[in-house]
Amino acid sequence: MPKKKVVLNFPPQLIDQPITYRLIQKYGLVVNILQARIAPNEWGRMVVELNGNGGNLEAGLNYLAELGVQVEPLAEEIMWLEENCVHCTACVAPCPTHALDVERDTMTVSFDREICIACELCLATCPYQAIEISFD
Amino acid sequence: MAKTIQEINEKIRQGKAVVLTAEEIIEVVKQKGSKRAAAEVDVVTTGTFGPMCSSGAYFNVGHANPRIKMGGGRVTLNEVPAYAGFAAVDLFIGATALAEDDPRNKVFPGKFSYGGGHVIEDLVAGKDVRLTAWTYGTDCYPRRALDTWVRLADLNEAALFNMRNAYQNYNVAVNLSDKVIYTYMGVLQPRMRNANYCTAGQLSPLLNDPFYRTIGVGTRIFLGGAQGLVVSHGTQHNPGVRRTEQGLPRTPAGTLAVMGDLKKMSARYLRGASFTGYGVTLTVGVGIPIPILDEEIMKFVAVSDAEIVAPVVDYSEAYPNCKPGTLAEVTVAQLKSGEVTVNGKKVITAGLSSYVRAREIAQVLKKWIAEGDFLLAEPLAPLPAPESGYAFKPLKERPV
Repeated sequence: MPKKKVVLNFPPQLIDQPITYRLIQKYGLVVNILQARIAPNEWGRMVVELNGNGGNLEAGLNYLAELGVQVEPLAEEIMWLEENCVHCTACVAPCPTHALDVERDTMTVSFDREICIACELCLATCPYQAIEISFD
Repeated sequence: MAKTIQEINEKIRQGKAVVLTAEEIIEVVKQKGSKRAAAEVDVVTTGTFGPMCSSGAYFNVGHANPRIKMGGGRVTLNEVPAYAGFAAVDLFIGATALAEDDPRNKVFPGKFSYGGGHVIEDLVAGKDVRLTAWTYGTDCYPRRALDTWVRLADLNEAALFNMRNAYQNYNVAVNLSDKVIYTYMGVLQPRMRNANYCTAGQLSPLLNDPFYRTIGVGTRIFLGGAQGLVVSHGTQHNPGVRRTEQGLPRTPAGTLAVMGDLKKMSARYLRGASFTGYGVTLTVGVGIPIPILDEEIMKFVAVSDAEIVAPVVDYSEAYPNCKPGTLAEVTVAQLKSGEVTVNGKKVITAGLSSYVRAREIAQVLKKWIAEGDFLLAEPLAPLPAPESGYAFKPLKERPV
Protein backbone atom coordinates (compact mmCIF):
# COMPACT_ATOMS: atom_id res chain seq x y z
CA MET A 1 0.00 0.00 0.00
CA PRO A 2 1.41 3.42 -0.91
CA LYS A 3 2.21 5.55 2.13
CA LYS A 4 2.84 9.27 2.32
CA LYS A 5 3.75 11.69 5.12
CA VAL A 6 2.18 15.08 4.47
CA VAL A 7 1.49 18.36 6.20
CA LEU A 8 -2.11 19.58 5.92
CA ASN A 9 -2.76 23.29 6.39
CA PHE A 10 -6.43 24.03 7.07
CA PRO A 11 -7.88 27.51 6.39
CA PRO A 12 -9.88 28.76 9.43
CA GLN A 13 -13.23 28.29 7.65
CA LEU A 14 -12.65 24.53 7.29
CA ILE A 15 -11.89 23.57 10.86
CA ASP A 16 -15.49 22.74 11.70
CA GLN A 17 -15.66 20.06 9.03
CA PRO A 18 -14.97 16.36 9.71
CA ILE A 19 -12.29 16.10 7.04
CA THR A 20 -10.25 13.32 8.60
CA TYR A 21 -13.42 11.27 8.99
CA ARG A 22 -14.18 11.67 5.24
CA LEU A 23 -10.66 10.58 4.32
CA ILE A 24 -11.22 7.39 6.26
CA GLN A 25 -14.85 6.72 5.41
CA LYS A 26 -15.04 7.86 1.79
CA TYR A 27 -11.55 7.06 0.55
CA GLY A 28 -10.68 4.14 2.82
CA LEU A 29 -7.41 5.72 3.89
CA VAL A 30 -5.52 4.78 7.01
CA VAL A 31 -4.88 8.16 8.63
CA ASN A 32 -2.18 8.25 11.28
CA ILE A 33 -2.13 11.68 12.94
CA LEU A 34 1.45 12.46 13.94
CA GLN A 35 0.95 16.03 15.05
CA ALA A 36 -2.06 18.33 15.07
CA ARG A 37 -2.94 21.86 16.04
CA ILE A 38 -6.46 23.01 15.31
CA ALA A 39 -7.89 26.08 17.05
CA PRO A 40 -10.83 28.44 16.33
CA ASN A 41 -10.17 31.27 13.85
CA GLU A 42 -6.66 30.08 13.07
CA TRP A 43 -5.00 28.11 10.34
CA GLY A 44 -4.86 24.50 11.52
CA ARG A 45 -1.85 22.27 10.92
CA MET A 46 -1.77 18.51 10.90
CA VAL A 47 1.10 16.16 10.14
CA VAL A 48 -0.35 12.86 8.96
CA GLU A 49 0.76 9.63 7.45
CA LEU A 50 -1.74 8.52 4.79
CA ASN A 51 -1.94 4.95 3.70
CA GLY A 52 -4.33 3.81 0.92
CA ASN A 53 -5.07 1.23 -1.76
CA GLY A 54 -4.95 1.80 -5.53
CA GLY A 55 -6.00 5.28 -6.53
CA ASN A 56 -7.53 6.04 -3.12
CA LEU A 57 -4.50 7.92 -1.86
CA GLU A 58 -4.48 10.20 -4.89
CA ALA A 59 -8.27 10.63 -4.77
CA GLY A 60 -8.09 11.54 -1.09
CA LEU A 61 -5.39 14.13 -1.76
CA ASN A 62 -7.48 15.59 -4.61
CA TYR A 63 -10.47 15.83 -2.26
CA LEU A 64 -8.34 17.80 0.21
CA ALA A 65 -7.06 20.12 -2.53
CA GLU A 66 -10.61 20.79 -3.78
CA LEU A 67 -11.74 21.69 -0.28
CA GLY A 68 -8.94 24.23 -0.01
CA VAL A 69 -6.67 22.30 2.36
CA GLN A 70 -3.08 22.99 1.41
CA VAL A 71 -1.15 19.76 1.17
CA GLU A 72 2.64 19.81 1.43
CA PRO A 73 5.05 16.96 1.63
CA LEU A 74 6.67 16.63 5.08
CA ALA A 75 9.73 18.66 4.18
CA GLU A 76 11.53 18.72 7.49
CA GLU A 77 13.62 15.79 8.34
CA ILE A 78 15.57 15.19 11.53
CA MET A 79 19.10 14.00 10.94
CA TRP A 80 21.00 12.11 13.63
CA LEU A 81 24.72 12.59 13.05
CA GLU A 82 26.05 9.43 14.65
CA GLU A 83 29.69 10.53 14.46
CA ASN A 84 28.88 13.56 16.66
CA CYS A 85 26.77 11.58 19.15
CA VAL A 86 28.41 10.62 22.45
CA HIS A 87 25.38 8.56 23.61
CA CYS A 88 24.61 10.76 26.62
CA THR A 89 20.86 10.01 26.13
CA ALA A 90 19.76 13.63 26.77
CA CYS A 91 17.61 13.56 23.60
CA VAL A 92 15.46 10.56 24.46
CA ALA A 93 13.25 12.05 27.20
CA PRO A 94 11.28 14.49 25.01
CA CYS A 95 10.93 12.16 21.98
CA PRO A 96 7.21 11.33 21.75
CA THR A 97 7.54 8.37 19.37
CA HIS A 98 10.76 6.77 20.68
CA ALA A 99 12.40 7.43 17.32
CA LEU A 100 15.34 8.41 19.52
CA ASP A 101 15.73 5.54 21.93
CA VAL A 102 18.24 3.81 24.19
CA GLU A 103 19.28 0.18 24.08
CA ARG A 104 19.24 -0.24 27.88
CA ASP A 105 21.76 -3.09 28.08
CA THR A 106 24.51 -1.03 26.49
CA MET A 107 23.05 2.51 27.00
CA THR A 108 23.56 3.16 23.26
CA VAL A 109 21.35 5.74 21.53
CA SER A 110 19.69 4.89 18.22
CA PHE A 111 17.47 6.79 15.79
CA ASP A 112 14.66 5.35 13.69
CA ARG A 113 13.80 7.94 11.05
CA GLU A 114 10.76 5.95 9.92
CA ILE A 115 8.87 6.79 13.10
CA CYS A 116 10.23 10.33 13.56
CA ILE A 117 7.50 12.97 13.22
CA ALA A 118 9.91 15.92 13.05
CA CYS A 119 8.39 17.54 16.15
CA GLU A 120 11.83 19.09 16.79
CA LEU A 121 11.68 18.67 20.58
CA CYS A 122 15.04 16.89 20.53
CA LEU A 123 16.88 19.75 18.81
CA ALA A 124 17.38 21.87 21.94
CA THR A 125 18.46 18.92 24.06
CA CYS A 126 21.59 17.80 22.19
CA PRO A 127 24.77 19.46 23.51
CA TYR A 128 26.95 18.00 20.71
CA GLN A 129 25.28 19.19 17.49
CA ALA A 130 24.47 15.58 16.73
CA ILE A 131 20.84 16.33 15.82
CA GLU A 132 20.07 18.61 12.92
CA ILE A 133 17.03 19.47 10.91
CA SER A 134 17.12 19.51 7.15
CA PHE A 135 14.57 21.04 4.80
CA ASP A 136 13.96 19.54 1.37
CA MET B 1 46.88 -10.63 51.87
CA ALA B 2 47.60 -6.99 51.22
CA LYS B 3 49.46 -5.78 48.14
CA THR B 4 51.45 -2.61 47.63
CA ILE B 5 51.42 -0.27 44.64
CA GLN B 6 55.08 -1.17 43.98
CA GLU B 7 54.21 -4.87 43.82
CA ILE B 8 51.35 -4.15 41.41
CA ASN B 9 53.65 -1.97 39.27
CA GLU B 10 56.17 -4.82 39.09
CA LYS B 11 53.41 -7.08 37.76
CA ILE B 12 52.39 -4.38 35.25
CA ARG B 13 56.01 -4.12 34.02
CA GLN B 14 56.14 -7.88 33.54
CA GLY B 15 52.80 -7.82 31.71
CA LYS B 16 51.29 -10.04 34.41
CA ALA B 17 48.88 -7.65 36.10
CA VAL B 18 45.25 -8.73 36.19
CA VAL B 19 43.15 -5.71 35.25
CA LEU B 20 39.36 -5.46 35.01
CA THR B 21 36.98 -2.55 34.61
CA ALA B 22 34.69 -1.41 37.43
CA GLU B 23 31.82 -2.89 35.42
CA GLU B 24 33.47 -6.28 34.83
CA ILE B 25 34.53 -6.68 38.47
CA ILE B 26 30.93 -6.68 39.75
CA GLU B 27 30.18 -10.16 38.39
CA VAL B 28 33.59 -11.50 39.46
CA VAL B 29 33.02 -10.46 43.07
CA LYS B 30 29.49 -11.90 42.97
CA GLN B 31 30.87 -15.27 41.83
CA LYS B 32 34.14 -15.52 43.73
CA GLY B 33 33.59 -13.29 46.73
CA SER B 34 35.59 -10.20 47.56
CA LYS B 35 38.42 -12.06 49.33
CA ARG B 36 39.33 -14.32 46.42
CA ALA B 37 38.75 -11.54 43.89
CA ALA B 38 41.09 -9.26 45.85
CA ALA B 39 43.80 -11.91 45.75
CA GLU B 40 43.41 -12.50 42.01
CA VAL B 41 42.82 -8.98 40.63
CA ASP B 42 45.43 -6.20 40.78
CA VAL B 43 43.77 -3.15 39.29
CA VAL B 44 40.20 -2.03 38.57
CA THR B 45 39.74 0.79 36.06
CA THR B 46 36.99 3.39 36.21
CA GLY B 47 35.78 5.95 33.68
CA THR B 48 33.47 8.91 33.25
CA PHE B 49 32.59 11.19 30.32
CA GLY B 50 30.42 14.16 31.20
CA PRO B 51 30.15 17.94 31.02
CA MET B 52 32.61 19.45 33.53
CA CYS B 53 32.45 23.25 33.54
CA SER B 54 35.44 24.00 35.76
CA SER B 55 37.82 22.88 33.04
CA GLY B 56 40.26 24.91 31.01
CA ALA B 57 43.62 24.98 29.34
CA TYR B 58 46.73 27.11 29.54
CA PHE B 59 49.25 27.76 26.79
CA ASN B 60 52.48 29.50 26.08
CA VAL B 61 52.02 30.74 22.52
CA GLY B 62 55.65 31.85 21.97
CA HIS B 63 56.96 35.38 21.37
CA ALA B 64 56.11 37.30 18.22
CA ASN B 65 58.64 39.58 16.57
CA PRO B 66 58.51 42.39 17.56
CA ARG B 67 57.38 41.30 21.02
CA ILE B 68 53.86 41.85 22.37
CA LYS B 69 52.82 41.85 26.04
CA MET B 70 49.44 40.08 26.10
CA GLY B 71 49.47 40.15 29.90
CA GLY B 72 47.26 43.07 30.88
CA GLY B 73 45.77 43.23 27.40
CA ARG B 74 42.83 41.48 25.77
CA VAL B 75 43.18 38.17 23.96
CA THR B 76 40.74 35.98 22.05
CA LEU B 77 40.95 32.50 20.52
CA ASN B 78 38.39 32.12 17.70
CA GLU B 79 36.83 35.29 19.20
CA VAL B 80 36.40 33.63 22.62
CA PRO B 81 38.21 35.63 25.31
CA ALA B 82 41.19 34.01 27.03
CA TYR B 83 42.60 35.20 30.35
CA ALA B 84 45.97 36.88 29.88
CA GLY B 85 46.77 38.17 33.37
CA PHE B 86 50.13 36.38 33.43
CA ALA B 87 53.55 36.92 31.82
CA ALA B 88 53.70 38.21 28.24
CA VAL B 89 52.54 35.17 26.24
CA ASP B 90 50.90 32.78 28.73
CA LEU B 91 47.13 32.39 28.36
CA PHE B 92 44.31 30.48 30.01
CA ILE B 93 41.01 29.68 28.35
CA GLY B 94 38.06 28.43 30.37
CA ALA B 95 35.44 25.97 29.16
CA THR B 96 32.46 28.30 29.62
CA ALA B 97 33.94 31.45 28.00
CA LEU B 98 31.83 33.04 25.24
CA ALA B 99 32.63 35.45 22.42
CA GLU B 100 31.82 39.03 23.33
CA ASP B 101 29.25 39.23 20.51
CA ASP B 102 27.61 35.87 21.26
CA PRO B 103 23.88 36.67 21.62
CA ARG B 104 23.77 34.63 24.85
CA ASN B 105 20.17 34.56 26.11
CA LYS B 106 19.03 37.76 24.36
CA VAL B 107 16.67 35.65 22.29
CA PHE B 108 15.66 33.05 24.84
CA PRO B 109 16.64 30.27 24.92
CA GLY B 110 20.08 30.99 23.42
CA LYS B 111 21.87 28.34 21.37
CA PHE B 112 25.42 28.86 22.72
CA SER B 113 26.86 27.10 19.72
CA TYR B 114 30.54 27.97 20.31
CA GLY B 115 32.71 28.80 23.32
CA GLY B 116 35.81 27.94 25.32
CA GLY B 117 35.09 24.20 25.39
CA HIS B 118 34.85 24.19 21.59
CA VAL B 119 38.14 26.13 21.28
CA ILE B 120 39.85 23.42 23.35
CA GLU B 121 38.24 20.68 21.24
CA ASP B 122 39.31 22.42 18.00
CA LEU B 123 42.90 22.82 19.21
CA VAL B 124 43.08 19.18 20.25
CA ALA B 125 41.62 18.16 16.88
CA GLY B 126 44.59 19.93 15.24
CA LYS B 127 42.51 22.73 13.72
CA ASP B 128 43.78 26.23 13.09
CA VAL B 129 42.54 28.66 15.74
CA ARG B 130 42.63 32.44 15.31
CA LEU B 131 44.62 34.24 18.02
CA THR B 132 43.91 37.95 18.37
CA ALA B 133 45.45 40.31 20.93
CA TRP B 134 45.15 44.06 21.70
CA THR B 135 47.32 45.61 24.35
CA TYR B 136 49.49 48.58 25.34
CA GLY B 137 53.08 49.03 24.22
CA THR B 138 56.13 49.14 26.46
CA ASP B 139 59.82 49.72 25.80
CA CYS B 140 60.50 45.99 25.84
CA TYR B 141 57.17 44.88 24.29
CA PRO B 142 56.41 47.55 21.67
CA ARG B 143 53.74 45.78 19.66
CA ARG B 144 50.07 46.57 20.35
CA ALA B 145 48.11 44.17 18.19
CA LEU B 146 48.32 40.66 16.83
CA ASP B 147 46.05 38.61 14.57
CA THR B 148 47.29 35.18 13.51
CA TRP B 149 46.40 31.53 13.05
CA VAL B 150 47.88 29.14 15.59
CA ARG B 151 47.66 25.40 16.08
CA LEU B 152 48.32 23.21 19.08
CA ALA B 153 51.45 21.56 17.65
CA ASP B 154 53.13 24.97 17.21
CA LEU B 155 52.50 26.22 20.75
CA ASN B 156 55.05 25.71 23.51
CA GLU B 157 53.46 24.23 26.61
CA ALA B 158 49.75 23.38 26.42
CA ALA B 159 48.09 21.84 29.46
CA LEU B 160 44.54 20.95 30.31
CA PHE B 161 44.00 22.20 33.85
CA ASN B 162 40.62 21.44 35.38
CA MET B 163 39.95 22.75 38.85
CA ARG B 164 36.89 20.55 39.39
CA ASN B 165 36.18 17.26 37.62
CA ALA B 166 34.71 13.86 38.35
CA TYR B 167 32.11 14.91 40.93
CA GLN B 168 31.42 12.09 43.36
CA ASN B 169 27.67 11.67 42.80
CA TYR B 170 25.36 14.30 41.32
CA ASN B 171 21.83 15.67 41.51
CA VAL B 172 18.96 14.40 39.40
CA ALA B 173 17.22 17.49 38.01
CA VAL B 174 13.47 17.94 37.60
CA ASN B 175 11.19 20.93 37.00
CA LEU B 176 8.14 21.36 39.22
CA SER B 177 7.01 24.61 37.55
CA ASP B 178 4.50 25.09 34.74
CA LYS B 179 6.96 26.17 32.08
CA VAL B 180 9.97 24.63 30.33
CA ILE B 181 13.28 25.56 31.93
CA TYR B 182 16.74 25.47 30.34
CA THR B 183 19.47 24.46 32.78
CA TYR B 184 22.98 23.07 32.96
CA MET B 185 21.19 19.77 33.55
CA GLY B 186 19.52 20.11 30.14
CA VAL B 187 16.00 21.04 29.04
CA LEU B 188 13.58 20.25 31.85
CA GLN B 189 9.94 19.86 30.83
CA PRO B 190 7.26 21.32 33.14
CA ARG B 191 5.47 19.39 35.89
CA MET B 192 8.28 16.87 36.19
CA ARG B 193 7.92 15.36 32.72
CA ASN B 194 11.60 14.38 32.69
CA ALA B 195 14.40 13.77 35.19
CA ASN B 196 17.97 14.39 33.97
CA TYR B 197 20.91 12.74 35.69
CA CYS B 198 24.67 12.97 35.29
CA THR B 199 26.79 10.14 36.64
CA ALA B 200 28.76 7.18 35.34
CA GLY B 201 27.36 5.25 38.33
CA GLN B 202 29.19 1.98 38.89
CA LEU B 203 32.00 3.13 36.55
CA SER B 204 32.45 6.52 38.23
CA PRO B 205 35.96 7.02 39.71
CA LEU B 206 35.11 8.45 43.13
CA LEU B 207 32.10 6.17 43.65
CA ASN B 208 34.53 3.23 43.43
CA ASP B 209 36.83 4.73 46.06
CA PRO B 210 34.30 6.46 48.31
CA PHE B 211 36.73 7.32 51.12
CA TYR B 212 39.65 8.26 48.81
CA ARG B 213 41.80 5.40 50.07
CA THR B 214 43.75 5.12 46.82
CA ILE B 215 42.95 8.27 44.81
CA GLY B 216 45.03 11.18 46.09
CA VAL B 217 47.32 14.01 45.04
CA GLY B 218 49.67 12.65 42.40
CA THR B 219 47.50 9.74 41.24
CA ARG B 220 48.17 9.03 37.56
CA ILE B 221 44.96 8.98 35.52
CA PHE B 222 43.46 8.85 32.03
CA LEU B 223 42.62 12.43 31.09
CA GLY B 224 41.20 13.39 27.71
CA GLY B 225 42.79 10.38 26.01
CA ALA B 226 46.28 10.81 27.51
CA GLN B 227 47.98 10.26 30.84
CA GLY B 228 47.30 12.97 33.39
CA LEU B 229 47.50 13.57 37.11
CA VAL B 230 45.31 14.39 40.08
CA VAL B 231 46.89 17.61 41.36
CA SER B 232 44.60 18.29 44.32
CA HIS B 233 41.10 17.83 45.61
CA GLY B 234 38.83 19.87 43.33
CA THR B 235 36.91 23.03 44.11
CA GLN B 236 33.70 22.49 46.11
CA HIS B 237 35.17 19.24 47.54
CA ASN B 238 32.67 18.31 50.22
CA PRO B 239 33.47 14.91 51.68
CA GLY B 240 31.42 15.17 54.88
CA VAL B 241 27.96 14.64 53.35
CA ARG B 242 25.53 11.94 54.48
CA ARG B 243 26.49 8.50 53.24
CA THR B 244 24.90 5.08 52.78
CA GLU B 245 25.85 2.13 54.98
CA GLN B 246 28.46 1.19 52.35
CA GLY B 247 29.94 4.68 52.59
CA LEU B 248 28.60 6.04 49.30
CA PRO B 249 27.70 9.74 49.44
CA ARG B 250 23.98 10.43 49.07
CA THR B 251 24.56 13.86 47.52
CA PRO B 252 27.40 15.49 45.51
CA ALA B 253 30.60 15.10 47.57
CA GLY B 254 34.26 14.76 46.58
CA THR B 255 35.83 16.38 43.50
CA LEU B 256 39.23 16.32 41.79
CA ALA B 257 41.54 18.93 40.28
CA VAL B 258 43.38 17.31 37.38
CA MET B 259 45.89 18.22 34.70
CA GLY B 260 47.65 16.75 31.72
CA ASP B 261 49.49 17.49 28.48
CA LEU B 262 46.88 18.78 26.01
CA LYS B 263 49.12 17.95 23.04
CA LYS B 264 48.78 14.24 23.76
CA MET B 265 44.99 14.32 24.19
CA SER B 266 42.26 13.42 21.72
CA ALA B 267 39.10 15.26 20.66
CA ARG B 268 37.22 11.99 21.17
CA TYR B 269 37.56 12.53 24.93
CA LEU B 270 37.37 16.35 25.05
CA ARG B 271 34.21 17.70 23.47
CA GLY B 272 32.80 21.20 23.45
CA ALA B 273 29.17 21.11 24.57
CA SER B 274 26.27 23.56 24.11
CA PHE B 275 23.42 23.71 26.60
CA THR B 276 20.42 25.53 25.13
CA GLY B 277 19.49 28.54 27.25
CA TYR B 278 22.43 27.95 29.61
CA GLY B 279 25.86 28.15 28.02
CA VAL B 280 28.85 26.21 26.78
CA THR B 281 31.12 23.77 28.55
CA LEU B 282 33.66 21.02 27.99
CA THR B 283 32.80 17.35 28.22
CA VAL B 284 35.82 15.60 29.69
CA GLY B 285 36.85 11.98 29.73
CA VAL B 286 38.48 10.89 33.00
CA GLY B 287 39.51 7.38 34.00
CA ILE B 288 41.21 6.40 37.24
CA PRO B 289 42.86 3.09 38.08
CA ILE B 290 42.20 1.70 41.52
CA PRO B 291 44.89 -0.59 42.89
CA ILE B 292 43.36 -3.52 44.78
CA LEU B 293 45.52 -3.25 47.88
CA ASP B 294 43.21 -5.28 50.10
CA GLU B 295 39.76 -6.84 50.41
CA GLU B 296 38.11 -3.62 51.61
CA ILE B 297 39.06 -1.84 48.39
CA MET B 298 37.71 -4.79 46.40
CA LYS B 299 34.39 -4.45 48.22
CA PHE B 300 34.29 -0.77 47.28
CA VAL B 301 34.99 -1.33 43.57
CA ALA B 302 32.32 -4.05 43.41
CA VAL B 303 29.68 -1.33 43.84
CA SER B 304 26.82 -1.60 41.34
CA ASP B 305 24.24 0.88 40.02
CA ALA B 306 21.53 -0.59 42.25
CA GLU B 307 23.46 0.51 45.37
CA ILE B 308 24.23 4.07 44.26
CA VAL B 309 21.59 6.65 45.19
CA ALA B 310 21.20 10.20 43.87
CA PRO B 311 19.01 13.05 45.13
CA VAL B 312 16.15 14.38 42.97
CA VAL B 313 16.21 18.19 43.09
CA ASP B 314 13.78 20.76 41.69
CA TYR B 315 15.64 23.16 39.39
CA SER B 316 12.73 25.60 38.95
CA GLU B 317 12.63 26.86 42.54
CA ALA B 318 14.77 24.92 45.05
CA TYR B 319 18.09 24.95 43.15
CA PRO B 320 18.13 28.60 42.00
CA ASN B 321 17.17 29.83 45.46
CA CYS B 322 19.46 27.49 47.42
CA LYS B 323 16.51 25.88 49.18
CA PRO B 324 17.60 22.65 50.81
CA GLY B 325 15.66 19.45 50.47
CA THR B 326 15.40 16.69 47.95
CA LEU B 327 12.18 15.39 46.46
CA ALA B 328 13.29 11.77 46.48
CA GLU B 329 16.26 9.47 46.36
CA VAL B 330 16.58 7.17 43.35
CA THR B 331 19.17 4.58 42.39
CA VAL B 332 21.37 4.82 39.33
CA ALA B 333 19.93 1.47 38.20
CA GLN B 334 16.46 3.04 38.20
CA LEU B 335 17.73 6.12 36.36
CA LYS B 336 19.31 3.95 33.68
CA SER B 337 16.10 1.94 33.24
CA GLY B 338 14.53 5.01 31.62
CA GLU B 339 11.94 5.76 34.29
CA VAL B 340 11.90 6.66 37.98
CA THR B 341 9.07 7.27 40.43
CA VAL B 342 9.10 10.60 42.25
CA ASN B 343 6.31 11.41 44.70
CA GLY B 344 4.22 8.64 43.16
CA LYS B 345 4.65 9.99 39.62
CA LYS B 346 6.46 8.09 36.89
CA VAL B 347 9.08 10.30 35.29
CA ILE B 348 11.09 9.62 32.12
CA THR B 349 14.86 9.89 32.64
CA ALA B 350 17.61 11.17 30.37
CA GLY B 351 21.36 11.26 30.93
CA LEU B 352 24.01 13.89 30.42
CA SER B 353 27.03 11.71 31.14
CA SER B 354 27.77 9.06 28.50
CA TYR B 355 27.88 5.59 30.00
CA VAL B 356 28.97 4.21 26.62
CA ARG B 357 32.04 6.41 26.53
CA ALA B 358 32.74 5.93 30.26
CA ARG B 359 32.92 2.21 29.57
CA GLU B 360 35.22 2.84 26.61
CA ILE B 361 37.57 4.94 28.80
CA ALA B 362 37.72 2.22 31.47
CA GLN B 363 38.56 -0.29 28.70
CA VAL B 364 41.29 1.92 27.19
CA LEU B 365 42.86 2.43 30.61
CA LYS B 366 42.64 -1.33 31.27
CA LYS B 367 44.47 -1.98 27.98
CA TRP B 368 47.19 0.56 28.78
CA ILE B 369 47.83 -1.06 32.15
CA ALA B 370 47.60 -4.64 30.90
CA GLU B 371 50.09 -3.85 28.13
CA GLY B 372 52.54 -2.20 30.53
CA ASP B 373 52.14 1.33 29.12
CA PHE B 374 50.70 2.84 32.27
CA LEU B 375 52.17 2.48 35.78
CA LEU B 376 50.29 3.38 38.93
CA ALA B 377 51.52 6.36 40.93
CA GLU B 378 51.73 6.36 44.70
CA PRO B 379 49.70 9.33 46.01
CA LEU B 380 51.84 12.07 47.56
CA ALA B 381 49.08 13.19 49.90
CA PRO B 382 45.51 12.07 50.57
CA LEU B 383 42.41 14.07 49.62
CA PRO B 384 40.51 15.61 52.55
CA ALA B 385 38.45 12.72 53.94
CA PRO B 386 34.92 12.72 55.39
CA GLU B 387 36.13 12.99 58.99
CA SER B 388 38.53 15.85 58.15
CA GLY B 389 35.85 18.48 58.69
CA TYR B 390 36.66 19.94 55.27
CA ALA B 391 33.42 21.43 53.87
CA PHE B 392 31.98 23.49 51.03
CA LYS B 393 30.58 26.83 52.23
CA PRO B 394 28.10 29.21 50.61
CA LEU B 395 29.11 32.80 49.85
CA LYS B 396 28.56 35.16 52.77
CA GLU B 397 27.53 38.49 51.28
CA ARG B 398 28.50 41.59 53.24
CA PRO B 399 27.21 45.12 52.63
CA VAL B 400 29.74 47.30 50.81
